[in-house]
Amino acid sequence: MSPAEIQQSQNNQLKFLDKPLQADATTDIIYMMCPMHLLTIEEQVREIKAGQVLSILTDYDGALDDIPAWCRKTGNEFLGIYEDTDHYKFYIRKKAPDNKQNV
Amino acid sequence: MKTIYMDHVATNPLHPEVLDAMMPYFREIFGNPQSIYEPGIRAKEAVENARASTAALINAKPKEIIFTSSGAEANNFALKGIAYASRNKGTHIIVSKIEHHSVLNPARFLEKSGFAVTYVPVDKYGTVDPDDVKKAITKETILISVIHASPEIGTIQPVDEIGRIAAEKGIVFHVDAVASAGNIPVDVRSLNVDLLTFAAHQFYGPKGAGALYVKEGTRIVPLIYGGIQEGGRRAGTENVPAIVGMGKAAEIAKRDMQKRIEHVTPLRDRIIDSALKIDKVTLTGHPERRLPGHASFVVEYIEGEAMLLLLAGKGIYSASGSACSSKALKASPVLISIGIPAHLAQGSVVFTLGEGTTGEDIDYFNETFPQVIGRLREISPYAKGWEGAEDPTCTVKK
Repeated sequence: MSPAEIQQSQNNQLKFLDKPLQADATTDIIYMMCPMHLLTIEEQVREIKAGQVLSILTDYDGALDDIPAWCRKTGNEFLGIYEDTDHYKFYIRKKAPDNKQNV
Repeated sequence: MKTIYMDHVATNPLHPEVLDAMMPYFREIFGNPQSIYEPGIRAKEAVENARASTAALINAKPKEIIFTSSGAEANNFALKGIAYASRNKGTHIIVSKIEHHSVLNPARFLEKSGFAVTYVPVDKYGTVDPDDVKKAITKETILISVIHASPEIGTIQPVDEIGRIAAEKGIVFHVDAVASAGNIPVDVRSLNVDLLTFAAHQFYGPKGAGALYVKEGTRIVPLIYGGIQEGGRRAGTENVPAIVGMGKAAEIAKRDMQKRIEHVTPLRDRIIDSALKIDKVTLTGHPERRLPGHASFVVEYIEGEAMLLLLAGKGIYSASGSACSSKALKASPVLISIGIPAHLAQGSVVFTLGEGTTGEDIDYFNETFPQVIGRLREISPYAKGWEGAEDPTCTVKK
């Protein structure tokens, strides 16, 4: 593992943020259940440019495991979770296109 | 015997072009739209094409359309889905007193689940006063639901004005447009609507196909959880032939709407003019702001069901109003809410016309209807007046 890959792997662990982040695109899937969070991320990440940040609003608890895991698998950077009053906000930065896996 | 179908608000025959469009999806293209091989992909394409033309009928975006099994499902979905999605904002809902049972009964269910519901009244024509809606709004109000056109009395509501009030206050607005969409112009943007229910069989599409328009960005709790169909908002393997049929019917309705309106409106007016010449027959609903093919009356001293049976004996198929009055022999809550006494409400009849109705049909009807009324009044115990009439009030007061 290169230092950059080690860094990215650490970034993709579950981590909570103190305040919401700025996002380039937001998708609201509150009240949607599995596997809509994963399908929606795939769709939405395709819509944004590399380096841009997507925020996903969901109240599905399974997303706490699944979204960081999806980022590890696909090489996108997981920026963290902000816990709002009744939902979570997940933040993902789209990887550069030259990474080894496709999204 | 010649038969004349005058119950187009109950349902309609399939348009021949709709049946043709549906047939391949019963036979060759039977794949599951979620399957990733060729037959699945073709079924998925058909569903998405149908979504686009269904959306176009009401000026919505395709992704704002959720296909359902019926208008009743879409109404249940709208009320429960918005109530539960918004309960952290408030627990008050406003509906009109002349909603269909698929709105009234979910509203009653929600009352049992901790929500408060205001049932706004209507005037003698069955029209909701937008000011009454405005007055009913509280800080807790999360949803307003008003029917666009009453299938029972034909009155068209000022939903644009109510939509404006709801939008000003930031309250979600749902419209049950089952009787109107596909028959008169419905534009969700100009009406300021957040959710709108419609059903294919009301505009020559198949039964078993309905849709709920949900404005982009509106949060709604699914009624049916399961798979990923309809964006995870309505699970269940898609009824592909029915959805294709709804799409085709929507396309034809958009194309032929003006022609259909111009066809049925003068025929309807002939029925109204002729029926109102009969003693003690009153038009129900609004005289002008009503569905183009809809004529509804109360006939004094006789019973609606008896009229239907005698008319059916003469080959004329019609309806007496809501299921409440028809099956349960209760006075219709819609007629009660427009101020018709319970004993008169029993004499309700509804005639609804369609693109197959002809001028000769109307000649025959206008000749037959007074005969049927005359015959029943001969044997009615109340023909000389209402003394001694029971007053069977409807259990549904709200």
